Amino acid sequence: MEDLFAKPEIHKPENIVYKKTDLMVDRPLSYCPGCGHGTAHRMLMEVIEEMDIADKTIGVSPVGCSVLAYDFLDVDMLGAAHGRAPALATAIKRLWPDHFVFTYQGDGDLAAIGTAETIHACNRGENFTIIFINNGIYGMTGGQMAPTTLPGMRSSTSPYGRDVAMMGHPLKMTELIAHLPGVYYVTRQAVHTPNHVRKTKKALRKAFEVQKAKLGLSFVEVVSNCNSGWKMTPVNANKWMEDNMFPFYPLGDIKVDGNLVEKKDTPEKD
Amino acid sequence: MKGNEAVAEAAIRSGCDGYFGYPITPQSEVMEYLMAEKPHERTGMVVLQAESEVASINMLYGGAGTGKMVMTSSSSPGISLMQEGISYLAGAELPAVIVNIVRGGPGLGTIQPSQADYFQAVKGGGHGDYKMLVLAPASVQEMCDHVKLAFDKSFEYRNPVMILSDGAIGQMMEKVVLFDQVPRRTNEEVIRQCPWASTGRPKTRSHNIITSLDLDPAGQERVNLKLQAKYRMMEEKEVLYEEINCEDADYLFVAFGLSARICQKAVDLARAKGVKVGLFRPITLFPFPSLQISNVGNRVKGILVVEMNAGQMIEDVRLSVGCRIKIEHFGRFGGIIPSPDEVVNALEQKIIGG
Repeated sequence: MEDLFAKPEIHKPENIVYKKTDLMVDRPLSYCPGCGHGTAHRMLMEVIEEMDIADKTIGVSPVGCSVLAYDFLDVDMLGAAHGRAPALATAIKRLWPDHFVFTYQGDGDLAAIGTAETIHACNRGENFTIIFINNGIYGMTGGQMAPTTLPGMRSSTSPYGRDVAMMGHPLKMTELIAHLPGVYYVTRQAVHTPNHVRKTKKALRKAFEVQKAKLGLSFVEVVSNCNSGWKMTPVNANKWMEDNMFPFYPLGDIKVDGNLVEKKDTPEKD
Repeated sequence: MKGNEAVAEAAIRSGCDGYFGYPITPQSEVMEYLMAEKPHERTGMVVLQAESEVASINMLYGGAGTGKMVMTSSSSPGISLMQEGISYLAGAELPAVIVNIVRGGPGLGTIQPSQADYFQAVKGGGHGDYKMLVLAPASVQEMCDHVKLAFDKSFEYRNPVMILSDGAIGQMMEKVVLFDQVPRRTNEEVIRQCPWASTGRPKTRSHNIITSLDLDPAGQERVNLKLQAKYRMMEEKEVLYEEINCEDADYLFVAFGLSARICQKAVDLARAKGVKVGLFRPITLFPFPSLQISNVGNRVKGILVVEMNAGQMIEDVRLSVGCRIKIEHFGRFGGIIPSPDEVVNALEQKIIGG
């Protein structure tokens, strides 16, 4: 078969309509097909590339599915112990106050084992960005119940559904930290449709601009599916996410310019 | 000045970039002194009171991973909370200084001085095969000097270094000769000195990753072999110890830190009674001065290991000397400091008369 990509004219700048972000390392992602991590990674790297700040960016990856995020993001990174990313980022930002610092964390990492570090970094108003991927489950360890698992939702450690009387309620960490005075910008987005991908990128850009202006902590939650953990096809997982996750974790800005956004009665639609 | 204050002042003068800590008795003076001194104005050093010891040690990991000179201090229960982080620091080969002003345990224990964290410091209180270089100061002067030494060695070996002191040395006041201020490195100097650190990737190099993770067993074994080679190098080059009146000694005290100070007096008391006793004081607890203790051990009739614990370092003394001579332990614990007379009595009963 003829290798069309080898044709030189294809590589002319005017013919390029889409290309891999330079700041994504050229290697296959370790994520399941249909998972939101890859898209979230790419949006993050696009923002850093467009702001031209790679030489002044230090990222912190968590323990969880994105434990190997440092293998894919072509910026300097540190892999944190489970839940401790905000503690690392606190020290990094204070020791390199003119650098851009972000943490990239899942729900188990940020909202269970790392609750204290998350809340205190937010409350101190540390001037870095937290990117919080919420898929309502522990993906890496095989689909156990997470602090964000919905009431009634099945997981390998809540096989009959999350019984809130026995297992406690899901923790809305994003709403919780939004009330802290040190937090400047809080938003909840998704990456399952092109429209939402664009909104997520815009949110990430805003978060890094907040950092640049040294205004306080910026927090971007991305509600994502975990099709393998939820035991669904990627398409069904996205549908299930829209029908079940979004009503509980409504999309949109929660705090802008240091002010809480008034609650909307209906969750945001496409 | 107080031992804890000497630690704080020495950190500023060493050119330390950041201190991260959490209050706990009997070491709270370290952070109190730092906050009062405003090192941010003196040298640009960052001082932050963290929400927990777990956060402090992970702040150290973050700072150290960017090549900065970082320190924390705590006391026994707080150091227990830090063990996971220390293991990560060792695994990721990061330089950091951790000061343990030991108090009596187990559990919440007491706030009085103790040496019961020897095993935790020397044998590795966290998970995995790792070692810290462990320094045991016996005076306020050494509290000061060991901070600078600890920073130097932590960067030389890219490894966490622990200063294992106790509540008495932390709290007691002695005269100290302070060393001159070492200027803090500029960011450019940090980047030049630590090419491995995550400091922001210029277009001229690939990205730096600080991690202790290698999912491939062969890769993780290579990491371990490299670490072990580093620890063997420390054993070869970094042993520190002091011998007092050992030349003509018939009997020997082996003691570190505060116990060594008590034994110094006990040596005088015993010699006044006509008993020729010497004192061997390990200054590095890892690497342990095995060969040197063995050499002295060959010349004496018996050894009393004096510790403010139930018998920890004695295991290393026995491993060093073997069973050629009598080696016994004398210890008070739970925060009680033995008197020199008690130590001499123990020598007479357990070694000479025993």
